[in-house]
Amino acid sequence: MKAKIHKFEQNGTYILLDINSGAVHVVDRMIYDLMDTFDGGNEEEVVRIWSGTYAAEDIREALSELHELMEAGELFAPDIDVPPTFRQTGLVKSLCLMVAQDCNLRCKYCFGDGGSYGQKRAVMTPEIGRKAVDYLIKASGPRKHLELDFFGGEPLMNMKTVKAVTEYVRRREKETGKKFKLTMTTNGMLLNDENIQWLNDNDFALVLSLDGRREVHDAMRPDAGGHGSYDRVIQNFHRCVDSRRGGDYDYRGVYTYLRGTYTKKNMDFTKDVLSMNDEGFDILSMEPVVMKDSPLGFTEEDLPRIREEYDRLTEAYMKRHREGKGFFFFHFNMDLSNGPCVAKRLSGCGAGHEYVAVAENGDLYPCHQFVGREGYRIGHVDEGITDHALSQYFRESHVLNKPKCRDCWSRFFCSGGCHANADLFHGDIRQPYEVGCEIQKKRLECAIYVQALLALEKEDA
Amino acid sequence: MKHIKTVNKPSMQATLKTGGCGECQASCQSACKTSCTVGNQVCEK
Repeated sequence: MKAKIHKFEQNGTYILLDINSGAVHVVDRMIYDLMDTFDGGNEEEVVRIWSGTYAAEDIREALSELHELMEAGELFAPDIDVPPTFRQTGLVKSLCLMVAQDCNLRCKYCFGDGGSYGQKRAVMTPEIGRKAVDYLIKASGPRKHLELDFFGGEPLMNMKTVKAVTEYVRRREKETGKKFKLTMTTNGMLLNDENIQWLNDNDFALVLSLDGRREVHDAMRPDAGGHGSYDRVIQNFHRCVDSRRGGDYDYRGVYTYLRGTYTKKNMDFTKDVLSMNDEGFDILSMEPVVMKDSPLGFTEEDLPRIREEYDRLTEAYMKRHREGKGFFFFHFNMDLSNGPCVAKRLSGCGAGHEYVAVAENGDLYPCHQFVGREGYRIGHVDEGITDHALSQYFRESHVLNKPKCRDCWSRFFCSGGCHANADLFHGDIRQPYEVGCEIQKKRLECAIYVQALLALEKEDA
Repeated sequence: MKHIKTVNKPSMQATLKTGGCGECQASCQSACKTSCTVGNQVCEK
């Protein structure tokens, strides 16, 4: 049976989520208990079961409040099926360009085999890059806003193609009326003044990879010679972020943020998030590594420790916020009132149907993590997507079609987890990676708690 | 209400009819790329 509600306690706050409406209620302990029994129509049963614990009069008052929520559509809202707004076939709107399948770091957890993705080290030519732009313009149909992410490997190792493609994008924007948002994910090793200036002048959103504390970063992100990279990249990140302060980047939607990966070696990752914040960076992300059969990867046994650490991070986040020194943490960011529509919650990342990765040779894959994986090549920039059946399979692999997701309370927040991770662990994109699900659910609870507290504190102010 | 404080004005059911324009930013379900899963996004409309 599909879960209709989810309730949890976080640091003494009782929270009730109505899954099909997205309503979040902060409730008292009595309501929290009653929801073990109440199904929307069994008042007498609720009174009978709980009258030994609470006064019958109080229970009836609580039930009356719960009925008010039901009438407002904020409790036991109807089940959601695939809406007509969810297109039967996807329109590609976002491309990941693997401009350099090569890298100057050898991160221990790299899913791209040190940038090569199991293939020979190579860089994308400007010609393939320009063909990718043309493919995206054609495949996106009437959609106006498009995204191009320069990825790798390390994209700054191939600035020739990055510059040529950017110049081409700006020309094609004028010709077609499309609007491209450009992003680059970089390890910072080649982020010199010249590159920073060029990226700023060209409105690039930047994702900068840093794992937190120096010792953690150096252990995980050495260069090809085995030397730590922290001291080299941190200076570059400072210069880059400082160069963007005070401008109108936020207004233009050009973000710059620091992201890290935590592994089994730093399950005390709150220290790494705070270390980045102490360095003066305030738009941050920290994500769990995903590795199979690796001493760095997580197993079910690690979950209690990871959950505990998210509790710690949540309290540290709120403490800094209350002290007027708050920072932005992606996974706690959630717009409870104006979140994505149901169609978006079903399409999720859109891998294989709205989002496609272009390998250096022009081959198309459902996403950057699938590059080089056997059986997942879905086309080429010259012809577009040719394996329509596989693309459609991705389109239809949404939460309402996945047995483990259909009934899960987090189905409209996580969109069923990562297909690449599901494939890695189960060889099937419809079988989610369970440890990832559990971490995601904990993160979501923390995010809902944070947003609930912020909303209540704003109300009280 | 005495026992309940609702903290948001949810719009999910309404978007069954109005959503699907697709102009929003791409997300990443593993969060390895955009750091942003669907739940962390806002509607661009």
